[in-house]
Amino acid sequence: MTETAGPDRVASAEQIGLSAREAAAAPLGTTAPRDASSWAKKVDRLQVDQRDGVRGTNVAGRRLTGPVQGFGKMWQKTYRMDAGPEIEPERAIATWREHFPEFWPKGNRFAGALTGINPGDVALLDLSIGGGVKLSTGVFVLYADAESFTLMTPQGHMFAGWITFSAEREGDTTTVQAQVLMRANDPLYEMAMTMGGHRKEDKFWAATLTALGQRLGVESPKVETRSTCVDTKRQWRHARNVWHNSMIRSVLQTLKVQAGG
Amino acid sequence: MDVPAITMDVRRVGETTAVVDIRGEVTAACEPVLMSAYEAAGGSATSRLVLNFAGLEYMNSGGIGMIVTLLVRANRQRQELAAYGLSEHYREIFELTRLDEAITIYDSEESALNGVVR
Repeated sequence: MTETAGPDRVASAEQIGLSAREAAAAPLGTTAPRDASSWAKKVDRLQVDQRDGVRGTNVAGRRLTGPVQGFGKMWQKTYRMDAGPEIEPERAIATWREHFPEFWPKGNRFAGALTGINPGDVALLDLSIGGGVKLSTGVFVLYADAESFTLMTPQGHMFAGWITFSAEREGDTTTVQAQVLMRANDPLYEMAMTMGGHRKEDKFWAATLTALGQRLGVESPKVETRSTCVDTKRQWRHARNVWHNSMIRSVLQTLKVQAGG
Repeated sequence: MDVPAITMDVRRVGETTAVVDIRGEVTAACEPVLMSAYEAAGGSATSRLVLNFAGLEYMNSGGIGMIVTLLVRANRQRQELAAYGLSEHYREIFELTRLDEAITIYDSEESALNGVVR
């Protein structure tokens, strides 16, 4: 037997008034929601063509992995930069989407679609992990609109989760940020993250934001980093994700090429 | 940051279940509203939380992140999360992001509550 108590309201009526106006423009159930074109269509496994300049392995046929599927502690890492009063958020994001690979630190390759970053695109990555080895993996463009875009990772990537790049007006200035919501994908990656991996990732995204700031004309861009452990528990039921580990596979692929050459 | 265009009304259904009626836009900006609703619906007596998305008008990737954060909090309290009222579009987003593997999706409130109240 159940009983229903009265509603416990937690937001103001004015706020719903704004939504009602927007709902009137696109009544529920009659038209596609206005975010429909921003989301990628559902995929079960990634499909991708070979691209120049990257090895292109460890992506085709893989499933996407979100924070729910990862192994390690769950982190939310935010990298923010004040882009100044003259840069509009839309311009910052348009520049980022169009020239995304150009802002990456040296030694790392991002081979995306020629048209920039759009929902449903798959990009192939070669990431420098030291010792002359490149970690070959990829990312999927989960979401993209004028003020943000989100990349999601496949099985075997260092982490399971997504990275959202966004820009917004805060008072007189525009703030640009990258926010990672992630768990290390398997026990080996979790160990690697605690032994310098997090620090390396922080440097990677700080360098990326700095390069973006310079392109936007920001004088002496400063990046603020904030990391929060959202969940300290490790998900041992996902320890077997190690089977897909792209770092191990990349090392083996490199050795195979060297042995063959 | 923009004021979130959202309301979340909390209804208690029985002693161990709460339903959160979500109306408006789920984005990163809705975090305070979502967490207030969770507090209103939570407590150690609540073992399952049902999210009603029938009034969902818009959701971006920041909003999905908020739901993941809510899921973590619920799991920490050993509470189960369920959802209903998702349109085909939003159901596909739950499947794409594989959130459906952690949040059980039902077709209606009745079926969600039948799944909840044993």
